[in-house]
Parts: sequence; structure tokens; C-alpha cells
Amino acid sequence: MSAIAFPVPDAGILARRDAIIAGLAGLVAPDALITSEDERRPYETDALTAYRRMPLAVVLPSTTQEVAAVLRYCGEQGVPVVPRGAGTSLAGGAIPQEDAVVIGVSKMNRILEIDYANRVAKVQAGVTNLAVTGAVSADGFFYAPDPSSQLACSIGGNIGMNSGGAHCLKYGVTTNNVLGVTLVMLDGSIVEIGGGHLDAPGYDLLGLIIGSEGQLGIVTEATVRILRSAEGARPVLFGFPTSVEAGAAVAAIIGAGIIPVAMEFMDKPAIEICEAFAHAGYPMDCGALLIIEVEGSEAEMDAQLARIVAIAREHGVGTVKESKSAMETAAIWKGRKSAFGATGRIADYICMDGTIPTGQLPFVLERMDEIIKGYGLRVANVFHAGDGNLHPLILYNCNDPIEAQKAEDAGNDILKLCVEVGGCLTGEHGVGIEKRDLMTVQFNEADLHQQQRVRAVFDPRWLLNPAKVFPLEGRIAA
Amino acid sequence: MLHTPTTEAQACAVVASIVEARVPLAIRGGGTRTGLGRPDNAVSTITSAGLTGITLYEPSEMVIGAKAGTPLKLIEETLAARGQMLPFEPMDHRALLGTEGEPTIGAIAAGNISGPRRINAGAARDSLIGIKLINGRGELVKSGGRVMKNVTGLDLVKLVAGSFGTLGFLTEVTFRVLPRPERIVTLIWEDLADEAAVALLSGALGSPFEPMAAAHLPAGIGAEEPRTLLRLENFSASISYRAAELARLLKAHGRPELVEGRASDALWREVRDASFFAGTQEAVWRLSLAPTNGPRATAAIARTVPGARWFYDWGGGLIWLAVPVDGEAGAAAIRAALKPLGGHATLVRAPDAVRAAVPVFEPLSEPLMRVTAGIKKSFDPEGIFEPGRMYAGI
Repeated sequence: MSAIAFPVPDAGILARRDAIIAGLAGLVAPDALITSEDERRPYETDALTAYRRMPLAVVLPSTTQEVAAVLRYCGEQGVPVVPRGAGTSLAGGAIPQEDAVVIGVSKMNRILEIDYANRVAKVQAGVTNLAVTGAVSADGFFYAPDPSSQLACSIGGNIGMNSGGAHCLKYGVTTNNVLGVTLVMLDGSIVEIGGGHLDAPGYDLLGLIIGSEGQLGIVTEATVRILRSAEGARPVLFGFPTSVEAGAAVAAIIGAGIIPVAMEFMDKPAIEICEAFAHAGYPMDCGALLIIEVEGSEAEMDAQLARIVAIAREHGVGTVKESKSAMETAAIWKGRKSAFGATGRIADYICMDGTIPTGQLPFVLERMDEIIKGYGLRVANVFHAGDGNLHPLILYNCNDPIEAQKAEDAGNDILKLCVEVGGCLTGEHGVGIEKRDLMTVQFNEADLHQQQRVRAVFDPRWLLNPAKVFPLEGRIAA
Repeated sequence: MLHTPTTEAQACAVVASIVEARVPLAIRGGGTRTGLGRPDNAVSTITSAGLTGITLYEPSEMVIGAKAGTPLKLIEETLAARGQMLPFEPMDHRALLGTEGEPTIGAIAAGNISGPRRINAGAARDSLIGIKLINGRGELVKSGGRVMKNVTGLDLVKLVAGSFGTLGFLTEVTFRVLPRPERIVTLIWEDLADEAAVALLSGALGSPFEPMAAAHLPAGIGAEEPRTLLRLENFSASISYRAAELARLLKAHGRPELVEGRASDALWREVRDASFFAGTQEAVWRLSLAPTNGPRATAAIARTVPGARWFYDWGGGLIWLAVPVDGEAGAAAIRAALKPLGGHATLVRAPDAVRAAVPVFEPLSEPLMRVTAGIKKSFDPEGIFEPGRMYAGI
């Protein structure tokens, strides 16, 4: 698959590789610099594995000061930099290029401070998402954003992409749960943005940095909100005859003033794939499944569920199955969160991430089906129903270049459809390289130029993660 | 000169003509928050008064969009009719600033105006999901959209929220909304000193019972006795259960009184609007910091600024502080008190001369000031929009 273009590597930089490596070697500990081809190989791609580029070198700093020294050096030398968290981006956000130095934060993986009275934790950027919750769960707290890759993905990467998850219907996404960052800018300056307080002095730079895909600087530390867990949580499985009834039920639940903590949708192919993998007890006789989770005391959950079940019945629900134990709850969520991995066991796939207004759900599902069939492909649908964030998994065979191209084309058609109905290209995975060339579908020139002018305040020469987010053509410097 | 465009195209033309003339341009909605920030030297004004109307409302998608000049009152009534509300309880500045007029939805976005609910449900910036704005090139720029989950491109929505008009003229804004709770009650504890009160609020906010607002009013703020407030919002059955559980959890602080209905609403309106300080001659500051540092900050300020009085919102993390105006309204002492504690101070109300002399927003570090100036220039290369409103020279 080679539809997405990369910039032509700068021959001058490639020719200076030895000198650049020697320069980097003077800035970081010996074991922080990776130069051999074998050791660089794990860094040539991320979770968008169809694309690979071998970086010039990889640096894994242990301190903010090392990150600053390396960034300043790369800035002075005019060498592109590709920041990397755990390398789990589905959008190719961490894929390098041949003339770039990868700066990975994986060694910066310490939790620095936990403050329950103020409900914040200070962590280094390489800490995994789940490790934050792991550090506070024994005391009844958690970190809310929960992307499916939470076992592996890093807080730094989450900040780069403004990651979401299944529970953001109630708790919000990364930008709603981070209070401060330590940011290293391209000239090596280290700045503190935000901190333990709730609002920013001056412009909301924190809101700008979060989701900026490593194009404005490198975040090395973050202050995140930790929340007290509810007394209990219970996912319930609702099997509907078709996705039309399931979609209508979602709208009716919200319309009734109920915001469950999560509302996840799976279609029949997704149910079959996930059930075979996780044995979660998903109903197999339905066309669409909703996993709805409620929180609170036992009595509160009973009361809220009674309302939800009543609404679901009005919309023709077949099976209603409550989790009866912590083990069942774990299995239900394991099935949902391993949807991508489980799909990967039966076929290659690309995962879309568009968001649509939820009212458009029936129309979009029908149109999506037509698009996929038009290309002679198959799709499994999982998505966050409450907020309209779709994850169609388009199945294909990566050894068949024609089919691979069809899969990409189908994906692009689906994303264009999302924009046409009032939605967007990406809800939580980021643009990366994957959706870069579709940006003109969602934004006009004035929109994109304004974004690029803001970007240029931090990086006027396009050195930070330069091949991402904005189409390669028509870029402006300042 | 006052410009009142009634279409986006007209607004673009007005801005283009101002850019051509290179004169400072003030932006006005309902005019209820004109005293915020540093005083301006604008010779022209553009108002959103001609851009009104709800452009989108889908209750089942929990989203509302409106032109920037739409009165907030219309938004709130429209939402209430369908059992919904803005999640962040925006402050009304009229009492505090002594202004008149109708607050607009555009100003809520431009000022990132939030209230007590911010502690749990986020600020205006967290619910603002889409904007249209005219930049200093006279171009209509959009960012975000109408869906909650959207990470497509740089988040200019956040940048514009709280930029007080310095980056451009908003023409349309879109917010996520929430269902209105079935029942609201307030638990009130009396006679707690600041430190104990913030400990109570921290205990409650760190409990599973989800207080939606948490404030402390020391002695003399609205009543003789100190009052510590927690607000619960939920389905009726949950409210009874959670109020009882919270009272049990916090029993070391005494037994709370339970208030609901109009008395509860009125109390929180006073907290939201800082109306305890309405109509006085004092300067009013807004301090944002880690909640448990709140009482430390006020203790330090009390030592150096005679006559200071205050109350706490956001569990202790927001301090409303009233001080005598004399000289610089205590600016140096207040900011010195915050230095070892973290956080920052904004001067919300003071005579023009004081707001011109004292940094109204917390001065930024050199690199961040450089970034701030760069961002301003990227939106507004000629520096026409509200020059100096937030920082001198920007």
C-alpha cells in the first residue's frame, strides 16, 4: 500500500548522518541513542503498520533536560523530529521519515506525585494510560480517558492525539482531564503550562497543545485529573434486531435525560469476532448490540437500568443481559476493548475514526454498507454510540495490493460521508498521515491557513512531525 | 464608530475595512462584561447585536448552535423547554461590574465564562465544540464543529475560548449541552474555619457521591456565620441517598442543613456571580490555584493586604477576593502570596486607571509571552482586535 506520500528525504541531512549522530551522542547517555539498523527497526512504524520509514536515529531521553538538549540541537541543525509515545497510533502519528530523529519518551515512565486532596497526579509522559489508574485504583480513584490501547499507550501520546475512549460520554476526553504540561519547545526552552489549577492565565495554550500531534513541541510531564470511582459499575448487553432500532434507542435514552457512563455499539460481524476472542457472553442472535454501562450504588444502578430497559423495550430490544459479577464485567469490556486486536486475528484491517451527529446514524450505517459492498469488501462496526464516534474496521488482505488500495479508498469515502453529514474526519485517533490528505474535505483554505499560522509560532520551518496533519501541498510557513 | 453587521459577509467587510484603516476595534456583545481586562483605546466598535438566532438545536444529540449575538437568556429558555441546560453554569457579571444589558452566547465563549459547576462538569471551553470567527485578515475561519468528539486539526476552539476578542470576531458558536437534573439540593455546614471547610470540600469531591458544586463562604460573606456548601444534582432517589451518605462521611464537621428550591438556587447564584461584592468600592480579584492551597493563600494575603475579604468556589480552587482599591489594588502582595503556592490572579473589577497600571492577567514567562504575541499576530497581523485587552502591546 503506498497511496500516502511521504516528503522526499533531505539528501543533505542523510549525507550528514554520522555528524548528526555524533552531535546527539554528546547530549544524552550512551544507552539513550539508537543508531543500528536492527535496533531502529521497531521504530519504523506504529499501529498503522502498512507504512514504514526507517528513521535517521532514535533518541530515548530520561529527563526533560535531555529532551530539551536534543530538540535544540535538531532545531539548530534543521533536522526533522518525530515525537513518539508508545507507538500505538492508528493514524500513523508516530511514523518517522528517513531524515528525521525520533524522540521517544518511553524511558520517562515515572509517576511523580499523587495528590488525592486536590485530585491530581503528576506523571511523566511515557507512563502508560492504564498505569495512572493502576497507581490510584487501590484508593478508589481512576484516570478517566480509556482508549482501547490503554495497556500500552502513553500519556504523552494521549496528549498528542487528545485521546478518548469508551467512557468519555460522561467523563470527557484527554483535553478535559489534563490540567498542566511541561512542554519542551523547538528552541529547547522548557515551559510550564497550567498546573494544579483549573483555568489558564492568558490564552488556553494547554487546550492548543493537547491534540496538536507533536507539532508544537514535546510534552515530558503532565498534571492529570484523577477522579473518585463510582460505588459500582455495571455494563448491560442489549441485543437489537437491527442497528436502526439500536440507534433510535440511544437517541431516546439521551432524550430522556439519562447519560450512561458508556454506550458502545457493535454490529453483527463485530459481535462474532469479539465473542470468539473474549467469550464475553454477547448475544449472537441479534443484528446490533449495545453495551450500556451505569454507575452508582446498587439501588441507583437498578433504578437507572429500569429506565433504560423500559426505553430499550419500546425500541424492540430482544436480549437484555446484565453483568452479574466482576468477572462478567471484565469479560464484557475485554471483548469490546479487544475488538481491534481480535479483528486483526482474522484479517488485516484499517480502522476508521470519523464522528457523525448521532441523528444521522441509520443513514450513515446504510450508506457505509453500500460503500463497502461497492468495493467488494467486508466491514465490522464498533463505535461509541453516545457521541457518534464510529470505528468501522474495513477488512482486507494486505498481501493483495489491489484490495489494500480498495480498503483505503473505501475508508476515504466513509470519512467524506462523515463530514458531509455534519461530522468530522477523526474523533479520537488523530489525523496523522492517514487522514492528512482529506483535511481539505473538512476545512477550506482559510481554516487550514489559520491553523498553520498558529503552528508556525512554534515551528516555522516545519521540523516537528512535519509529514502529519496538513496536506503536503499548499503549506505556508507563517 | 459602531458597526452592526447582520450577516457574516457584512462582518467580514467591516473587519476588512478596519484592517485597511488600521484602527483599534472593540468587540461588543451585550456590553455586560465590558470592564473585563485592560481598558481599551478603541476608536471603532463592532457589535454582534445584529447576528442573532439559534442555528441548530438537537436535544437528542445534546448540541446547540447560535449566532454570537444571541441572548444567553434565549439559549437557556430554549434548552429549559426541552429539559436541558448549558453544563458550566456561566457567571452573570452584571451585578459585580454594575453593568446593564443582555449577556450574549458569543461572550460566554470569548470569555470562557463558567461558574460553580466548572469543578465537576468543566468550563465553557470544555463544552464549546465549534466556532466561526473572522480573523484579522477579514477571513471567516471555522474550527471544531457540531460533534463532541473531534480531534481534526489544531484545536483553535480552545485557543479562542477566553481570548476576550483579541483573536477575532466570533460570529457563531456551538456548545454541547446536558440534561437538567431531576432534583437539586444543597447541604450547608456552619461555623467552619477556611482550612476545615476546604478539607470538607476535598473529602466530598473525593467521594463517589459527585457533588456538582462546592463552595465556602467565610463569616461576613452573605451571613454572619461561615457556611460551607455542597450541591448535589441527580435523580430524586439518588439525591436522598447521596445526601445521607455525604452527611455520614463528613459527620466530623457537624450535621448539615439541607436546602432546596429557590433558597438553594439563590445561594448559588450569589456564589456564581460573586454578588457578595456587588455595589462596593473594592477591587475584586479572581485567584485560581490548587484547592488545598486556597486557605494558605488567603492567610498570606490577609497579613499583607488590610481589609481583604474573600470566599471560595471550586472546592477551594477559586478564590474571589475583594480588597481596597488604594494604589495598585494589592497586586504585588497578592501575586507574591501566590508565588510559592502556584496558580494565578486576575483583576476582575477595578477603576480603569488601576486596570491600566496593574497587569490584569497574570504576567507570563518570557517564552510563553513570546508564544502569546505570536498567536495574536497569527490571527491578527495588524493588531486591530481589542489591542492591549489582555496584555500590554498584544
